[in-house]
Amino acid sequence: MNPLLAATATELAAKIAAREVSAVEVAQAHLDRIAEVDEKVHAFLHVDTDGALAQARRVDDGEISGPLAGVPLALKDVIVTKGVPTTAGSRILQGWVPPYDATIVERMRAAGIVVLGKTNMDEFAMGSSTEHSAFGPSRNPWDLTRTPGGSGGGSSAAVASYQAPIGIGTDTGGSIRQPAAVTGTVGAKPTYGGVSRYGLIAFSSSLDQAGPCARTVLDAALLHEVIGGHDPRDSTSIAAAVPPVVAAARQADVSGMRIGVVTQFKGDGYQPGVLARFDESVAILEKLGATVEEVSCPHFDYALPAYYLIAPSEASSNLARYDAMRYGLRVGDDGVASAEEVMAATRDAGFGAEVKRRIILGTYALSAGYYDAYYGQAQKVRTLISRDFASAFERVDVLVSPTTPTTAFTLGERVDDPMAMYLADLCTIPSNLYGGPALSLPCGLSDDGLPVGLQVMAPVQADERMYRVAAAVEAALGSDKLLEKAPPL
Amino acid sequence: MSAITREDVAHLARLARIAMTDDELDALAAQLDVILGAVARVQEVAAADIPPTSHSLDLANVFRPDEPVPSLGAALAVAAAPAAEHDRFRVPRILDEEA
Repeated sequence: MNPLLAATATELAAKIAAREVSAVEVAQAHLDRIAEVDEKVHAFLHVDTDGALAQARRVDDGEISGPLAGVPLALKDVIVTKGVPTTAGSRILQGWVPPYDATIVERMRAAGIVVLGKTNMDEFAMGSSTEHSAFGPSRNPWDLTRTPGGSGGGSSAAVASYQAPIGIGTDTGGSIRQPAAVTGTVGAKPTYGGVSRYGLIAFSSSLDQAGPCARTVLDAALLHEVIGGHDPRDSTSIAAAVPPVVAAARQADVSGMRIGVVTQFKGDGYQPGVLARFDESVAILEKLGATVEEVSCPHFDYALPAYYLIAPSEASSNLARYDAMRYGLRVGDDGVASAEEVMAATRDAGFGAEVKRRIILGTYALSAGYYDAYYGQAQKVRTLISRDFASAFERVDVLVSPTTPTTAFTLGERVDDPMAMYLADLCTIPSNLYGGPALSLPCGLSDDGLPVGLQVMAPVQADERMYRVAAAVEAALGSDKLLEKAPPL
Repeated sequence: MSAITREDVAHLARLARIAMTDDELDALAAQLDVILGAVARVQEVAAADIPPTSHSLDLANVFRPDEPVPSLGAALAVAAAPAAEHDRFRVPRILDEEA
């Protein structure tokens, strides 16, 4: 394999800045890698060769510099890109070319990041395996019969298979962290409001948050700083500076930190190999000078059911915009059918089974007569989950848990069993409901030889804490080298 | 809790403007029953006095400076439309023939 592919984003940017290699060479090496292996992995829905090379030339011409200038990136297809097709994994948006860029795309362009293309995902980010993509699933580079997780399985699979050193995902209930965990990569969900949602195709607006995917904690932090910060075009954007995540990732020191192990996220239903790697990581944190105590968050047991009421409710409203009138698919417009009939026929043809399931579930939960018992009650549980976090963070600086109860599952195994699929997000959902940041990093291999993720959860706007802890664990475990153990493609 | 019937799902699908086939309605009725049974666990939590959280950020009346900026423009706005005419969205009939 070309050594440019195995390099971290940090290393690539340094080499490009020192003119040891050109950004065009780096981009071309990754485009060649995509051409070579993506038939097997199916991480990308669209490769933007011309756009990538043009941006790389701008870096080489000295027009742009910065800590990630010239570094290639895999962009989840739920982020809109001017002039580049954007589908959100849905047939209803097939062929749509957005007329504007998302704020984070503008920021990445200005930082000299080279977007290689758009990556596969569960339709409208609803799923945990990419099997709900209208364009077929992505595959886990560790074992091509398994899922790379979801919804952002495409970005994580691209990063894990050296098709890109960094990527962008979005996380509504775990869609950055769960794919990171099962592909042996790093994925971070920033504090809600820390990264602009302008141009992020909405699934559940009170939960959606974009964030970095990478092979090292430092690379994730560098990307976090590029995309983060206040955006006047997003009314839920936090008007404060990005927490000092890069400095924290470089600091990588946990001495004196207080770590809380979440009581609710272990025991039955967790794969023994996942628990073993988790316990080892906790022991390492203690060895590095942190104090560890167990912290009970009793309402976390209700996070999954609350999420599967809140997210579908918001989705049923957000997805009303796909009405076959202004953009996207239109079917059945025969000159006789009414607008309403065309709308209903288009939504039946354009949405996949999981999206329909969630729209109907959300419509039910918001219906008069059911609202209080379902959506209203879920919102109260959301309050209690946030209070659990608040009391936990009075005692500890961060909480840790396994990112997922199991390693990557086999494609097809859960696709017809929605509740089994939903369980993949059991440990990741609480942070979305609370709004705090959370990160997953690899912490070894389970008994089945597949990667295990360690999740670090921090208080709202204390994103730097999770990077500090993650970087320390990464250095102690050498987990940035874990991908070297993956079988060659 | 009463089971979700196919008629219930058909009603929800009408509300959501999705023209589902009979097979889809049958499959979804069975799945919704299972999913609702699982998510109804939120009702086990005693929360009568707990205020609801609709959003983790407690923000209200967020404004940005009222500065004019160029808009998208009609040509670009309709460029991705399924049908357009004279820089306008062309849509199927929205009124009944008799109306």
